[in-house]
Amino acid sequence: MTRAISLTINGKHYEHDVEPRLLLIHYLREVAGLTGSHMGCETSLCGACTVELDGKAIKSCTMFAVQANGANIVTIEGLASPEGKLHPMQEAFWNEHALQCGFCTPGMIMVSKQIVERNPSPTDTEIREGLDGNICRCTGYQHIVNAVRTAAKAGA
Amino acid sequence: MIANAFEYTAPQSLDEALGLIAGGAKPLSGGMSLIPMMKLRLAAPEHLVDLARLKELNYIREENGELHIGAAVTHYEVESSPLLLGKCPLLAETAAHIGDIQVRNMGTLGGSVAHADPASDYPAALQALEAGIVLRSAGGARTVSAKDFFIDTFTTALEPGEIVSEIVVPVEPGLTGTSYQKCKHQASGFAVVGIAVRARRENGVVSLIRVGVTGLSGSSYRAENVEAALQGVEPTGEAIRAAAGLVAHSVDASADMQASSEYRKHLASVYTAKAIHAALSRSA
Ligand SMILES: Cc1cc2nc3c(=O)[nH]c(=O)nc-3n(C[C@H](O)[C@H](O)[C@H](O)COP(=O)(O)OP(=O)(O)OC[C@H]3O[C@@H](n4cnc5c(N)ncnc54)[C@H](O)[C@@H]3O)c2cc1C
Ligand code: FES
Ligand code: FES
Repeated sequence: MTRAISLTINGKHYEHDVEPRLLLIHYLREVAGLTGSHMGCETSLCGACTVELDGKAIKSCTMFAVQANGANIVTIEGLASPEGKLHPMQEAFWNEHALQCGFCTPGMIMVSKQIVERNPSPTDTEIREGLDGNICRCTGYQHIVNAVRTAAKAGA
Repeated sequence: MIANAFEYTAPQSLDEALGLIAGGAKPLSGGMSLIPMMKLRLAAPEHLVDLARLKELNYIREENGELHIGAAVTHYEVESSPLLLGKCPLLAETAAHIGDIQVRNMGTLGGSVAHADPASDYPAALQALEAGIVLRSAGGARTVSAKDFFIDTFTTALEPGEIVSEIVVPVEPGLTGTSYQKCKHQASGFAVVGIAVRARRENGVVSLIRVGVTGLSGSSYRAENVEAALQGVEPTGEAIRAAAGLVAHSVDASADMQASSEYRKHLASVYTAKAIHAALSRSA
């Protein structure tokens, strides 16, 4: 049996009938057509699927779409301005070379945004703790930490 | 990884939720334990009742010298609540040790307590705080002490039809110091061992000490032998080391790839000493 859900994603209203077992990541990618959020591990460990839901970074592979009924979601696609001006965190990832293959990047940026929102001047240790739920197989993390620090200094 | 099909209800009130749960529906809170199990089909509930957004389970308040925390309060809210940071820093400190930012944004106090994972963090703190756990069903409510609530691996005093609705913690005088010390599993981040201590030093001796242990065995427990060894005693390094050495005495310690049972017991005594020192250093 399907259920009707209505929610806001990146400022746009969406309404769909979904099966309760549909995961939010599948809803975002396959129903809403927003493929910026990635499915990495599917087991709540890698953070590639991280999106912001009512202001909180969450792993969208560990939530059913029906739980997001009425929610306000921001995905990586919603960070830059409509004119294409990057969010300061995206800018910092670019400038600090905080990505190689880019697979982890959408989730890294979404969680990094939360780290800095909650702690505007984090130490490197606090940044690393904040990134605990996100895995990167390429960079060795140092450039990601640099990017978060740079974005925080820029007032992201 | 797709879960079995199920029916989903977001109830409008706690009464509606309890009615459905009395009929066999399963509570869903943050989903941080239940959804991974459903994806692996280790759990296949037919009907989920979403407690997460019920106002009646979302509050942190002080009343008559006690702190009352609703079951649906998230780990992040516990970690960042000014009231808890001021009056029950042990619970806030413990919450900050759980998982990662995203897990703490979703996972709830009530869900974690009800799930009773033997490596979860809260039980150590709730044991040391001598917390009460309020269980509610369509038929009424009862309060069970943390000591009686946690029975074994994934096994608690919850009866069918009951949910955890609230955690109650007595407010302490400022003289008491607390600490949670955790040895994290390198991969999962859960507790290999976690020790929570609540202690007070008055006139040079230990006037109060409570030690809660998680991760070591199937269930959290209070290490009353450690408490007895330090009660009324001057807490020298030697006295603390000797008392902490009793923490795993006659406990059937778990063994896994991360730690043999012997090594786990060793870790428990080291972390117990650390937690006692830290708690006493914070005691006025
Ligand atoms: C990547 C990851 C890392 C984690 N690391 C840690 C860690 O380091 N330490 C730690 O302690 N935990 C950790 N967890 C577990 C996390 O804390 C969960 O949030 C918690 O175990 C369950 O809470 P929940 O609200 O998500 O409950 P759910 O997953 O929604 O429910 C769990 C179980 O409890 C039942 N239930 C839920 N709410 C209630 C209620 N109010 N009354 C009765 N039954 C109820 C459900 O039916 C289900 O059986 C981790 C989880 C993940 C995914
Ligand atoms: S895909 Fe969600 S945490 Fe890895
Ligand atoms: S850049 Fe490749 S996984 Fe992080």
